[in-house]
Amino acid sequence: MWFTLDNLATAHDTHEGAAHSATGLSNVKLGMWLFLGTECLLFGGLISTYMLYRGRVGTGPRPSQVFDIPFTSVSSFVLLMSSLTMVLAVSAAHKRDERLTGLWLLITALLGATFVGGQVYEFTAFYNEGMGFSTSLFSSSFYVLTGFHGVHVTVGLIMLLALRGMLKNNKVPGSRAETVEMIGLYWHFVDIVWIIIFTLIYLIPA
Amino acid sequence: MNTTQATDTHAAEHGLSTSGYVRIALILAAITGLEVSTYYVDFGRLFLPALLIMMVIKFVMVVSYFMHLKFDNKMFSWLFYSGLVLAVGVYCAALATFKFFG
Repeated sequence: MWFTLDNLATAHDTHEGAAHSATGLSNVKLGMWLFLGTECLLFGGLISTYMLYRGRVGTGPRPSQVFDIPFTSVSSFVLLMSSLTMVLAVSAAHKRDERLTGLWLLITALLGATFVGGQVYEFTAFYNEGMGFSTSLFSSSFYVLTGFHGVHVTVGLIMLLALRGMLKNNKVPGSRAETVEMIGLYWHFVDIVWIIIFTLIYLIPA
Repeated sequence: MNTTQATDTHAAEHGLSTSGYVRIALILAAITGLEVSTYYVDFGRLFLPALLIMMVIKFVMVVSYFMHLKFDNKMFSWLFYSGLVLAVGVYCAALATFKFFG
């Protein structure tokens, strides 16, 4: 769909300030979805590597000996609920409710921080049980996969807090709603990656 | 345009209403509970297929409703699912190679 000047003037707030491609779609959004598509390849590689090596425990502990399913289940639930608060932040941003947008972003960041804190605790517990990074092929591939995911969540956390600060100080360039939506897409992506990790790595025994 | 119409228009453009998102989250939480129950309850031969189906349902629900792919332009779906299908295809082939020739 092509935009004329009249159309642009009456365009919905989602599209205000956003550059559009020849398709009529937002360049930023197209770029974000393309980025997320490539991220599938990255995590696909890491998950495949883990699946190949999860039986290679050597003299180290087996997955079933170290995994704490009740604890990880709570972490998974926390991350899942952060997706709900994120989508509510996006919804509030589209309604131009800045107070609610900021509040939901903050709650999302707190839930994300809880998840990352849980992961740090889990890694520490595994290390104390004798599962170091180079103990076995299983441990290396496990730490690389879940560590990469943890880094993604941490980056998302920084983006959430930065966005909240920028919204508060009125320093978001272009469309505010679209900016919140883009960070939301990234946040939901780390959630769907964890949905896969939780099932394939934690719940399906090696 | 009255308030109800405005809300409906908003929901159509940007996805669901707040209660709709909460409903989706509750369904996701319930599925997660079911997934965790497979760790404690013996599902026999259904264990693996049930877990994989629940994982796919959760994945599709988050992508469709929370990420708005269901309501957005199909171009975004193509971009994302192309990457996903490519990833799954390439890595299934790689895993099969290791399985049969490794």
